[in-house]
Amino acid sequence: MSALQWVFIIASLITVGAAVMMVASHRMMHAALWLAVALLGVAVIFVTLEASFFAVVQLLVYIGAILILIVFAIMLTQRSTEAGSRLNSLAWGAAGVAGVIWTALTYVFIRWVVSGTPMQELGASFDDVVLLGKALVDAEGFAVPFEVASVLLLAALIGAVYIAFERKGEGS
Amino acid sequence: MPLMYYLGLSAFMFTIGILGVLLRRNPLVVFMALELMFNAANLAFVAFAAFHKVLDGEIFVFFVITTAAAEVAIGLALIIAIFRTKHSVDIDQMSELKG
Repeated sequence: MSALQWVFIIASLITVGAAVMMVASHRMMHAALWLAVALLGVAVIFVTLEASFFAVVQLLVYIGAILILIVFAIMLTQRSTEAGSRLNSLAWGAAGVAGVIWTALTYVFIRWVVSGTPMQELGASFDDVVLLGKALVDAEGFAVPFEVASVLLLAALIGAVYIAFERKGEGS
Repeated sequence: MPLMYYLGLSAFMFTIGILGVLLRRNPLVVFMALELMFNAANLAFVAFAAFHKVLDGEIFVFFVITTAAAEVAIGLALIIAIFRTKHSVDIDQMSELKG
């Protein structure tokens, strides 16, 4: 096996293991740290796909920003974290639903990839950040969705401040 | 590396995310499991972009990450607002909107 395959196998095992530990862990902060490990594994897998831009974005946005937000929310709601280990009352139904979805996904992938198109090696992907950047500001390309995304982020910013703002004389 | 490996990993991560969303009762863990599902979808998008050698998959991942950031900001603000009024963030107790 090539070095790339070893990197993929190790990274995917770490990702899957960290994801399972995240869902299974009793303490909230441990779950957040396991999520960081899983996101890091996905970043490594992006590198094996030669999508270096998204590996960096994964580190900056997910681990740098989103995970910090989650850790802050865990610390702000700390009084409730001890009761967080209990499972839902419909645990077996949930496991059944997840099993059905996994079986369906795997069936579709195997049927489509193996019988539809042959098992083909992924070639070296074009890793052109210049092309990506040009497509995002090109009026023929994705300039409008790009601007809509910026408006969405602004709305989320204002909305988050408005929702989390403590109003006097209300609640505690 | 065959495309199938990446798709299998993506499907497995997505399933673990579904399990987390459905099983756990703390909404913060539910949020983390949602992030895991976003990541599984992003992985499939990037793998298909590399497989077909088109840029559109990677552009979609860009917008998915943007939406995920907005979703987390709003969701965590909601959780903190709920915690402030109810002093608990148990999902089973969030039944005030029930008709």
